[in-house]
Amino acid sequence: MTETGPADRPMIRLEELTKTFPGQQRPAVDALTLDIPEGEIVILVGPSGCGKTTTMKMINRIIEPTSGRILLDGEDVTHADPDQLRRRIGYVIQQIGLFPHMTIAENIATVPKLLGWDAQRVAARVDELLTTVRMDPAEYRGRYPKELSGGQRQRVGVARALSADPDVMLMDEPFGAIDPITRDRLQNEFLRLQAQVRKTIVFVTHDIDEAIKMGDRIAILREGSEVVQYDTPETILTHPANDFVRDFIGSGASLKRLNLSRVRDIELSHWPTVPEGTSPEEALRVLRSAPGSAVLVLDAQGRPRRWVGATDLQRADGRRLDQIGMHPEAIVEPHATLSDALNELITARYSVATVVDGNGVYQGVVDIDRITEAIRTMRSDDQRTARRGLDEASDAAGSRWS
Amino acid sequence: MTASTDWATVRPPGTDPARGGRWWPWIGRLALPVVLALVLLALWLYVGSQELDSIEARSLTAETIGETAARHVALTAVSTVLVVALAVPLGILLTRPFTRRYRGLLLTVANIGQAVPTIGLLALLAVAFFFLGFWAAVVGLVAYAVLPVLRNTMVGLEGVDPAVLEAGKGMGLSGRQVLRRLELPLAVPVILAGIRTALVINVGTATLAAYINGGGLGTLIVAGFSTNRFLVSLTGAVLTAVLALLVDHLAGIAEDVLKPKGL
Ligand SMILES: Nc1ncnc2c1ncn2[C@@H]1O[C@H](COP(=O)(O)OP(=O)(O)OP(=O)(O)O)[C@@H](O)[C@H]1O
Ligand SMILES: [Mg+2]
Repeated sequence: MTETGPADRPMIRLEELTKTFPGQQRPAVDALTLDIPEGEIVILVGPSGCGKTTTMKMINRIIEPTSGRILLDGEDVTHADPDQLRRRIGYVIQQIGLFPHMTIAENIATVPKLLGWDAQRVAARVDELLTTVRMDPAEYRGRYPKELSGGQRQRVGVARALSADPDVMLMDEPFGAIDPITRDRLQNEFLRLQAQVRKTIVFVTHDIDEAIKMGDRIAILREGSEVVQYDTPETILTHPANDFVRDFIGSGASLKRLNLSRVRDIELSHWPTVPEGTSPEEALRVLRSAPGSAVLVLDAQGRPRRWVGATDLQRADGRRLDQIGMHPEAIVEPHATLSDALNELITARYSVATVVDGNGVYQGVVDIDRITEAIRTMRSDDQRTARRGLDEASDAAGSRWS
Repeated sequence: MTASTDWATVRPPGTDPARGGRWWPWIGRLALPVVLALVLLALWLYVGSQELDSIEARSLTAETIGETAARHVALTAVSTVLVVALAVPLGILLTRPFTRRYRGLLLTVANIGQAVPTIGLLALLAVAFFFLGFWAAVVGLVAYAVLPVLRNTMVGLEGVDPAVLEAGKGMGLSGRQVLRRLELPLAVPVILAGIRTALVINVGTATLAAYINGGGLGTLIVAGFSTNRFLVSLTGAVLTAVLALLVDHLAGIAEDVLKPKGL
């Protein structure tokens, strides 16, 4: 059980941090010591009521610790001015808490204005952030929160937390109250965003799958914010410290590990493609000489434009390729997990997930064979772990009877 | 997923509703004043059609009526302003964490203010303290109308979504900034509703000022009764009712206009 990360100087260091709420016997957080390395997403995960939220809120002193120290970038902030401290830390809560009487732009501009930025810089920052979270500034900056969907509000919440470019972000179940599909999308987007901004992030969830997907490092907590295991997702899945962790991960650990491998880590399969201007007859020729039942039509920039099947081509009747077939579907980016890719390809017409890069340019496809291959590699790891588990179990049994 | 995916469905921005839409509410808002004007016209025609004796004629000159009405409006306005100046800050204070302990006590006092009949309070002021006239009436009105504003201020402030406040605090807004930028604007609709109630109460209760020489439309009603001149009382009563409805109507418009956008 490693309680401290490997970084020389962690971005956030919690030392013997304790919180006892008034009138309660047991501390909600009991002498927690934890190092959070710079530029990583550290997930606090654990059963309900174990103290995750309390721990997180002590970092920006929404909850004042009873004892212990908080070091931010080496500086002791346990007694620093809380308002100043909070302006340096982005904060996203599950309920988002957008200000309903302010426009999206005003919401995002709150901290920059507090910090005294001039109007021009603030406006530029708002537009930049809206673009970052993939919302068209011209369309959305003047709207009020009630005029957005749940997913859009969550994006604005993230944009607002990023507004003053804090080094540290605290996120308490930020994607908790969203439908699973949007949630998945937001998680992926957030990971891409993090790849650019490299913030130090403390992320609270009670969902182990989310933890595995989002975390560079996971702290599994039990009551009183006791750290049961603090490790990378891989290690937690392959070497759970004890039964508590094993139970918490639940069944299907190897399937969960599809959440760990990303599309960019595996070799992509190839698929017949043709440029947009190709004639149907030519496309048919390409299709005959290749495996697969459809060709993928790419536009001038190399982005997927249409799926055109053999029957579509035979019934083309002189129409152009972009007028027949179907819209590109099941598109994933390289940072998507194999689990995402699997989900996509299962429902896809041609049973493959199409991989595109950040600019939408076609890279290859993931098919079921690639996924099974990945599972097979993991399984050989698993068998080794299982054997070791067996040995440990017999050791324990031996000692009980002695 | 793809960069080009369109995120969820969204209501259209409220910028370009059908052009006529903006004017409809104003047409609706004009209806009541027109009706009230017709009522006043009817009253004027009716009074004009009657033979007035000297007492009636003296009470019902345009000058007397104008004076009493203006006085009535002044009583209402002054007392309401005082009520707001008293009750809103008190409501803010009573919703701060450090005053939790005094809340019960102060609310009880305010409740007593409303439970004691105003006429009783006015009589008390007059008999016990020889306190008469305009300002005595104002004291009575304020005591009576403080509660709705105080209560609505507190309810409004406490009704603000705690997630909004936590987000604000978490971003580094100070306690004062949270109050000024988040709590008060978000509580405005509820506070305004309380002020509207206080206004209407005050218009009605101000008729009682007549008993302690406070003036106002009550003077007409009281004078009419004591001299057995029904027409004079009727004029006072109708004018009070019209004023109350008009004030309520205007306050309603103010509520719509002052409500923060986006709520
Ligand atoms: N403001 C408070 N006053 C008193 N007790 C509190 C307060 N906040 C939390 N607690 C208690 O502290 C413990 C830890 O709560 P906390 O909210 O940190 O749990 P959590 O791990 O975030 O749980 P969940 O997954 O349900 O959000 C709980 O037993 C809770 O009842
Ligand atoms: Mg929690």
